[in-house]
Amino acid sequence: MTEEPAARPLAVEARGIVKTFPGVRANDQVDFDLRRGEVHALLGENGAGKSTLMNVLAGLYRQDAGEILVDGAPVAFGSPRDAIAAGIGMVHQHFTLVPSQTVTENVLLGLDRPRFFLRERQFEGEVAALATRFGLHVDPRAKIWQLSVGEQQRVEILKLLYRGARILIMDEPTAVLAPQEADELFVTLRSMTAEGRSVVFISHKLGEVLAIADRVTVMRRGRVTAAGLPTAGATKADLARLMVGRSVIDAPDRTPFAPGAVVLAVHGVSALNDRGLPAMRDVSLDVRSGEIVGIAAVAGNGQSELAEVVTGLRPCQGEILVDGDSVANRPASVVLRHGVAHVPEDRTTVGTAPNLSLTDNLIMKRYRDAPVAHGLLVDEAAARAFAGGLRDTYRIASPNVDTPARMLSGGNLQRAILAREIETNPGLLIAVQPTRGLDVGAIESVHRLLLDLRAGGGAILLISEELDEILALADRVDVMYEGRVVGSMPVEEAEIGRIGLLMTGGSEADRDATPVGAAPGVAR
Amino acid sequence: MRIHLEPRTTTPRWLSPLATLGAVAVALVISGAVIGLVGGDPVRSYLHIVEASFGSIGVLSDTLVKATPLILTGLACALAFRMRLWNIGAEGQFLLGAWGASAVVLFPLVPSGTPAIILIPLMMLAGMLAGGLWGLIPGALRALLGVNEIIVTLMFNYVALFWVQFWVFGPWSEGGFQQTHPFPPQAWLPRLTDFSSVVPGFAGLTVHAGLLFGLVAAGLLWLFLERSRFGYEIRLIGDSPRAAEYAGINIKRRLIIVFAISGALAGLAGMSEVNGAVHRLQDHISPGYGFTAVIVAYLAKFRPGRVIVAAILFGALILAGREIQPSGVPVMIQGIILFTLIVGDVLVRYRIRITRGGPAPAGPLTPATGSSIGPAPRPEARG
Amino acid sequence: MDLGLIAAAGVATGTVLLFAAIGEIFAERAGVMNLGVEGMMLMGAVAGFSVTGATGNPWIGVMAAMLVGGLFGLLHGIVTIHLRADQVVSGLALTFLGTGLARVLGEGLTNTNVERLPAFTIPVLANLPIVGPIAFQNQSILVYVGFLLVPLTWFWIARTRPGLHLRAVGESPAAADVQGIGVYRLRLVYVVFGGILAGLAGATITLAVAPGWFGDQTVNSKGWIAIGLVIFARWSPIWAAFGAYLFAAISPFILALQGVPTILGVENPFLPGRSATFFLEMLPYLFVVGVVILGSRSAARRRIGAPAALGLPYVRGERGL
Repeated sequence: MTEEPAARPLAVEARGIVKTFPGVRANDQVDFDLRRGEVHALLGENGAGKSTLMNVLAGLYRQDAGEILVDGAPVAFGSPRDAIAAGIGMVHQHFTLVPSQTVTENVLLGLDRPRFFLRERQFEGEVAALATRFGLHVDPRAKIWQLSVGEQQRVEILKLLYRGARILIMDEPTAVLAPQEADELFVTLRSMTAEGRSVVFISHKLGEVLAIADRVTVMRRGRVTAAGLPTAGATKADLARLMVGRSVIDAPDRTPFAPGAVVLAVHGVSALNDRGLPAMRDVSLDVRSGEIVGIAAVAGNGQSELAEVVTGLRPCQGEILVDGDSVANRPASVVLRHGVAHVPEDRTTVGTAPNLSLTDNLIMKRYRDAPVAHGLLVDEAAARAFAGGLRDTYRIASPNVDTPARMLSGGNLQRAILAREIETNPGLLIAVQPTRGLDVGAIESVHRLLLDLRAGGGAILLISEELDEILALADRVDVMYEGRVVGSMPVEEAEIGRIGLLMTGGSEADRDATPVGAAPGVAR
Repeated sequence: MRIHLEPRTTTPRWLSPLATLGAVAVALVISGAVIGLVGGDPVRSYLHIVEASFGSIGVLSDTLVKATPLILTGLACALAFRMRLWNIGAEGQFLLGAWGASAVVLFPLVPSGTPAIILIPLMMLAGMLAGGLWGLIPGALRALLGVNEIIVTLMFNYVALFWVQFWVFGPWSEGGFQQTHPFPPQAWLPRLTDFSSVVPGFAGLTVHAGLLFGLVAAGLLWLFLERSRFGYEIRLIGDSPRAAEYAGINIKRRLIIVFAISGALAGLAGMSEVNGAVHRLQDHISPGYGFTAVIVAYLAKFRPGRVIVAAILFGALILAGREIQPSGVPVMIQGIILFTLIVGDVLVRYRIRITRGGPAPAGPLTPATGSSIGPAPRPEARG
Repeated sequence: MDLGLIAAAGVATGTVLLFAAIGEIFAERAGVMNLGVEGMMLMGAVAGFSVTGATGNPWIGVMAAMLVGGLFGLLHGIVTIHLRADQVVSGLALTFLGTGLARVLGEGLTNTNVERLPAFTIPVLANLPIVGPIAFQNQSILVYVGFLLVPLTWFWIARTRPGLHLRAVGESPAAADVQGIGVYRLRLVYVVFGGILAGLAGATITLAVAPGWFGDQTVNSKGWIAIGLVIFARWSPIWAAFGAYLFAAISPFILALQGVPTILGVENPFLPGRSATFFLEMLPYLFVVGVVILGSRSAARRRIGAPAALGLPYVRGERGL
């Protein structure tokens, strides 16, 4: 950063952006500017309006009011294509790649060139050259479904660079990356800003914002609370206050660790993923009563399959014991009766049936038993009473128990799922990404529920991509990489550099050679 | 100008029935226009349909006779569609049911002279068994091998047709005609006219006990779908199979059972038709009941009670439609009604907004994520 | 029994299935299932036949058939793509509508004759051994169009930019949308094109292969068979062609079986008038069930399934956008 940032010309300027969705003002008079050659972080909680603002800049939404200037000239984007023509491209949280097509085909998708015939050889060469230039290593002939999440992200970036994007918007790019992969990404981003390109970096993680960004804009509830603050002088505490409107949550209180008997024992379990490729290889772990075991892993390293295997939703090889009874390859209903509860990763189509009522969703694990069941019938009145009880106890905000689940906000939906699962009085709870996409208040209440269950002697297997969450809640941390458990340690010994190294396939021995502890992206 | 659909967050109670009635009305107008274009007189055609199906107690009885198999096949489809299983094979299951019932007296499986009290339940059972098996096969293929049930059930309709033809032209043929010997009278379902000695007004009314089967089946299916644990499971599977799996429900088993019950209902329809109306097995025993059942089920929104109403309407159309020229009109009306119904459905599920210009007006509001009514709406929540 | 003649007739009938199946492949590759093929074919058949009768020019008849098929495809497209109605139900409605309307419009067309499309022999190719007389001798011009359509379709889907976009909207419409590809428009185009081909398939029956109008027996469930062939072919035009010609070659062979008095010295039980003949009539339908099972099995084994977004309406803003 030799050049004074404030002296660089503006690449993008957004003034007074308003965007309303039915029932919510997602952006309310938002101003934002981006200079050439800078990394500008857009910080805020989930739901603060960051992605909405960037979707407006990327041409995906049209603002209700306000104007956008690119290089000083006003623009009106009718589609993402218009935005990319003006040099603005966005990498979304969920990648927009065609899994059955090759990297090159994905890069070429939607372009005017080639005109008609796909001359694959020629374009593969171009893509490979571009990848090399920015250190985005990926095989141009590989099919997308064969790539890791990190590689897919590189393809997304390649797509934008190939289209000549000068302004890259990255929506929570590190959410799917291990700390070390995040560092590689930061190197790539730096090589782009060095060429005069600009990057908008959306995040809700304070540490990485301070590490990568030149300036930061903070949003809260659709409004800007700090515009274009240089990160040089900012502290985490300042940013946190701007972000949540009060001091940031501390690690929740935990009762002392008092482990009991082993509830879940997994011995040498292997399983395939949906594509028929090995997803879990010889996994072994234990979870004891009164213990939370956190699984730290980058997305796609077998942790989702682990949850499904334990809950009877996926076939496997190996031994799984719950309270000493073998449940491997038993149907989900049998596992359920062994007192295993499950907060699934996908809460809108697995955890709940979106169009069924709250009642129908809350009795999902209870409809076979009295009082909800009345012989072979479902006792309507008892079901509604049961649902009403859970709704009050767990403060699920919904007009009534007949409301379809899809009408509930993310936090309320998750509370409903947790209420249902905890109400089965489980000996073991498998919680997968329990706070993904929730706001701070909802996260706190979910954490509280998990810790209460632990205090009551429950065993919890917590699978989360939020390392912070695992470190705050877990008593023990197991790290998974490429389907194996590559490390297991008490949380006191779980230092973030060490975990990060294990998550990316480094061994404990590499640790002293690589000073990962100093890596910028992983500060807590 | 751009038209876009916004999922409704609340649906007024009157909207859905209104959309259904509106759809039927629009369909009749469109069909009328087509009839007019090909030189017919739509008003006279419609008046004729009403006259010939509801005009007197006698034709009303005939309408109910036509509605009886439609109620049962309509229930068969409604049950399967609830689980998003596309059983388009009610026609074949109907034929197999008729064949199975006939087999009891034609093979014969029971000695001649078996009293009605034994014979009729046996024939019901045989019809349901044959229809159920004919439904079970596509169900099992779908559950165990992932084979598309639409194609299989459709093809099975043709196979069933030739199967019945084989028996009525061959082994069971009455003197080489395309029909079997008539059933013995004790195999006939009681008709209203049978009681004309007690109630003189019943003379000539051909409504038979099959209608009762339909009404009872509708009641039982309602209880089954709306109040039973199994019905809850079907609801869950129909809305989100992955959630059902997660709730510990064996989807494959449910799928096969539902297909078998669906086939058995259609089979019972076949039995009721041969035992109640035709009194023998013959070629062309169904004017497409099993296909019309698809529309009946759809018009009824898969609700057993409404299936009865819809079946009576289409019974009238089939009864009166036989005399309407050109002969394709009733089928065409059915197709148009189905189209207007699904368009009407769109109006119930979505609010239609028309905006001028502008890209991507739709927000992230979708049926899946829905709009938030909780304290913290989040347009950028992952969906 | 002349095997060569039977095979040549099979190639002609196979062309009907081929057009319908390739039309369905285009629609399904774009993500829209259209179960209304039977109805669209009937409409194409009646439109082709009646317009030819009225104008005396079979080419105008073919145009009319394609136009009507396209209009039916348009109806299905608008209802399922823009109004997001269920594709299965809309397709069934299309079949009812097409069947009924074709019968209404075809009233009085039975037992009439119209001009056929020209048939001719391809000079050099017809002299090829075995294949020549079967495929290139005195076939309708539409049969030759069918031969050309297969490689063109394959090339279009696999090797061209529009094909790349077609695959993208069927596999991952959200990804295509972000790249500025008009998902709704492109899907509509291919559904309409599928309808056009289904209409052409109908006209191929009434104007080339089995001229005449026989009510809804004209198409005789060939539309449903074509849909079954698409599953068997795993959405590949090459395999669809293989399935279509194979199926069509088997069917006349079965018919021919009814014409021989004895089989291997035993009296033929399948003679017309003998009731066992109905078992022969079942065979084509059982054959379709068989190939659909085969197709499903191999698709599952090789993990190549239907286009990922098949049957799902695309809603912008859904799936992480």
